[in-house]
Amino acid sequence: MSSDVQFIDFKSDKQPTWCPGCGDFGTMNGMMKALANTGNDPDNTFVVAGIGCSGKIGTYMHSYALHGVHGRALPVGTGVKMANPDLEVMVAGGDGDGYSIGAGHFVHAVRRNVDMSYIVMDNRIYGLTKGQASPTSREDFETATTPEGPKQPPVNPLALALSAGGTFIAQSFASDSQRHTELVQEAIEHDGFGFVNVFSPCVTFNDTDTYDYFRDNLTDLAETDHDPNDFDEAKDRIMDPDGEYQGILYQDESSTPYHEAHGVTEDMTEIPDGAPENATDLVREFY
Amino acid sequence: MPADFNWAIGGEAGDGIDSTGKIFARALSRAGRHVFTSKDFASRIRGGYTAYKVRTAIDQVESTVDRLDVLIALTQRTVDENIDELHEGSVIIYDGERTSMQDLEIPEGMIGMDIPLKSLAEDAGGAIMRNIVALGAACEVTEFPIEHLGSSLEKRFSDKGQSIVENNKTAADLGAEYVQDNYETESAEFEYELETTDEDYVLINGDEAIGMGAIAAGCRFYSGYPITPATDVMEYLTGRLERYGGHVVQAEDELSAINMALGAARAGARSMTATSGPGIDLMAETFGLVAQSETPLVICDVMRSGPSTGMPTKQEQGDLNMTLFGGHGEIPRFVVAPTTISECFWKTVEAFNLAEKYQTPVYLVSDLEMAVTEQTFPPEAFDMDDVEIDRGKIVDEDEVEEWLDDEGRFRAHADTEDGVSPRALPGTTDGAHMSTGLEHNELGRRTEDTDIRVEQVQKRQRKAETAEAEEDWSPREFGNADSDNLVVSWGSNEGTIVEAMDHLDEDDPDFQFLSVPYLFPRPDLTEAVEDAEQVVVVECNATGQFADVLEHDTLERVDRVNKYNGVGFKADELAAEITEVLQ
Ligand SMILES: Cc1ncc(C[n+]2csc(CCOP(=O)(O)OP(=O)(O)O)c2C)c(N)n1
Ligand code: SF4
Repeated sequence: MSSDVQFIDFKSDKQPTWCPGCGDFGTMNGMMKALANTGNDPDNTFVVAGIGCSGKIGTYMHSYALHGVHGRALPVGTGVKMANPDLEVMVAGGDGDGYSIGAGHFVHAVRRNVDMSYIVMDNRIYGLTKGQASPTSREDFETATTPEGPKQPPVNPLALALSAGGTFIAQSFASDSQRHTELVQEAIEHDGFGFVNVFSPCVTFNDTDTYDYFRDNLTDLAETDHDPNDFDEAKDRIMDPDGEYQGILYQDESSTPYHEAHGVTEDMTEIPDGAPENATDLVREFY
Repeated sequence: MPADFNWAIGGEAGDGIDSTGKIFARALSRAGRHVFTSKDFASRIRGGYTAYKVRTAIDQVESTVDRLDVLIALTQRTVDENIDELHEGSVIIYDGERTSMQDLEIPEGMIGMDIPLKSLAEDAGGAIMRNIVALGAACEVTEFPIEHLGSSLEKRFSDKGQSIVENNKTAADLGAEYVQDNYETESAEFEYELETTDEDYVLINGDEAIGMGAIAAGCRFYSGYPITPATDVMEYLTGRLERYGGHVVQAEDELSAINMALGAARAGARSMTATSGPGIDLMAETFGLVAQSETPLVICDVMRSGPSTGMPTKQEQGDLNMTLFGGHGEIPRFVVAPTTISECFWKTVEAFNLAEKYQTPVYLVSDLEMAVTEQTFPPEAFDMDDVEIDRGKIVDEDEVEEWLDDEGRFRAHADTEDGVSPRALPGTTDGAHMSTGLEHNELGRRTEDTDIRVEQVQKRQRKAETAEAEEDWSPREFGNADSDNLVVSWGSNEGTIVEAMDHLDEDDPDFQFLSVPYLFPRPDLTEAVEDAEQVVVVECNATGQFADVLEHDTLERVDRVNKYNGVGFKADELAAEITEVLQ
């Protein structure tokens, strides 16, 4: 890994087609800076994205990348990391992508604790399909498909992650560039599944969860006495219905990533020209 | 003594039928006899009729027959279910002390052997060994040296401790002694004598052969979700793949399984997933992504009876259309279907090579009967020295340079003559690129440009054309090449059809038989079909999916022999059906 990599090296020459002002710009910039700051370069980095405005992120970044189908980015990231643990794997997506169609995978990726970072651009709406309710939309949030609001409580992704055995659970705000970058960086450096839910406002379809709303309501945990290593404290914060927090909510610093727990140390990309040397042993088992 | 001998054990699911059958099959193969097994099982863990049938001969056996020489009946139903297959001189071993078996009536001419299986097993150390007592009795009846059974028991139980092995051997001995003391097996009624040879044989089923083929081919990553009858592929690989530097993940569902396998493949590992029909449906969306992103991946479909949950433990070849045409849009793919258990091994190796050479998904299609059937082969049938690996166009750091555009960007989907682009594995300097399911240009960037769309569609289609020209897609040929009659089949029917040929009388029509292991691309059978007066396509489905494809390819009408009751073809029944169509 070369040390002279700049965040700009992670930028592709493709201009984003996001709406001007979309939170995803800030989210992406922070991700690129965090990758550069942690000593990675585009050739050893693999970014996996799902479908949605958020999912386009892989296109605007420069690295090895896969832009997959809706909701399935986490399993792809898992496969990449297992096949080559030397790669830095980052998975990105939206709240619909991750907590609706991909909710099952989210829970299982968390409990597997694969060593990758998962950055969710949570705008509490479906952007790309033009403004339907998402799993994190408020109970009374009116959209074309929920004219009277979803009338069901939103998913609490941090609680899902904590209950599934999450070892790194953080939340950031796209427009607080410095803190967002720091938190993604921490997620990358964490040995295990580094999960960051990013408030990334949709300026076109969501006039409730806006920049101003988050600016006014966000509490930075770094400015409180919150201890991220304390599970019970994390639980209280995460279950607090009135609080919007930024920072690391929970971290288990002794976490063992999946590939280490399963003894996978080497990359799986090199194979011999013929059958493995002792492959005949496999045949003998059937005598 | 007939050339082959047929034995079965039947009872309730949970009676240990499967493992007893396996122990006997293994004993026979250890004694240098060829074996072909078949199973009848219901989709439940306890209760429900289950049987395990073993056909054995000195020569290789390729199918089952409807004949039973010795039957171990643990329930009345076992006798009822198999009565048509029993004949004069058949031996039925049962435990008359069981209340439910006390009134068992042995049909005329058959030999009932009432053996206190449970009591003898208890004498040996536990009632659980009653099946082993029965096996010991069966050895005595067939003059089969009991030490081979001992050696099979050793293999089966040695990891449970030597005392378990010894108890089982005692149980077998008690069964054999009981027969010795109470029945005259030397008498003329008994025509059974299972000879042994010095040959070493491999006893393996289709799922295991696929798993072994995967390891031989250098597969390093497997992710799957349990489903009958594909689970044995995962069970085989678990623990073994790790020994060869790989890893198995039991995913949370099939969507995850195929996406993990895709990720691993994209990162550069040879990678595979296996499932059955319902799982293939779930994987269909990602299948498109695999093809569109030009990722090499082997997806194994071990077919069972559908649609929906259908008959999960029964035979069918109903997924051909799904594997050939499934998925939205038009997707280049290969579909390879082994025709025998040993071919499961070789076609798996080939599937990995095709996937990487052409950077496409490959469907490896097998079926329930092939998956659960165990068959013996000489070890040379799996000669690891014959395994060849072709990884296709992977470019290293230096070669990457040739494929950069003016601005230094890697052309991962470069439009080449053969349709196959260079492949830079992650970690390769200057090879960074994006892979996507969206239509894309040479760089992998999204596009809706009409010309580029056409160019990329043609590029992907061209891979199949290249492969068609470069690879050998021949069918396997049997029978009389000069005959006016042609029988065509795909997948696991091969052995039964070959045997059916032996069942034909001199008066019956002869035929040439083509067994097709490649479904896409597939051999061009136009000439063979045009030259034949009559063509019959044999398959285990109701509509004749391969027959449709053949009619489409050759513009000729063909006849069909189909079976879709959940049980595969039997040689004698098939001989009769083919004869009827051809006459
Ligand atoms: C299987 C499938 N179903 C539906 C869609 C349509 N779809 C595209 S994006 C999207 C929602 C995305 O929402 P979110 O993940 O919140 O991302 P955002 O666009 O808000 O960033 C949907 C439903 C799809 N592409 N695939
Ligand atoms: S629709 Fe919303 S989420 Fe999508 S680009 Fe525009 S502002 Fe961003």
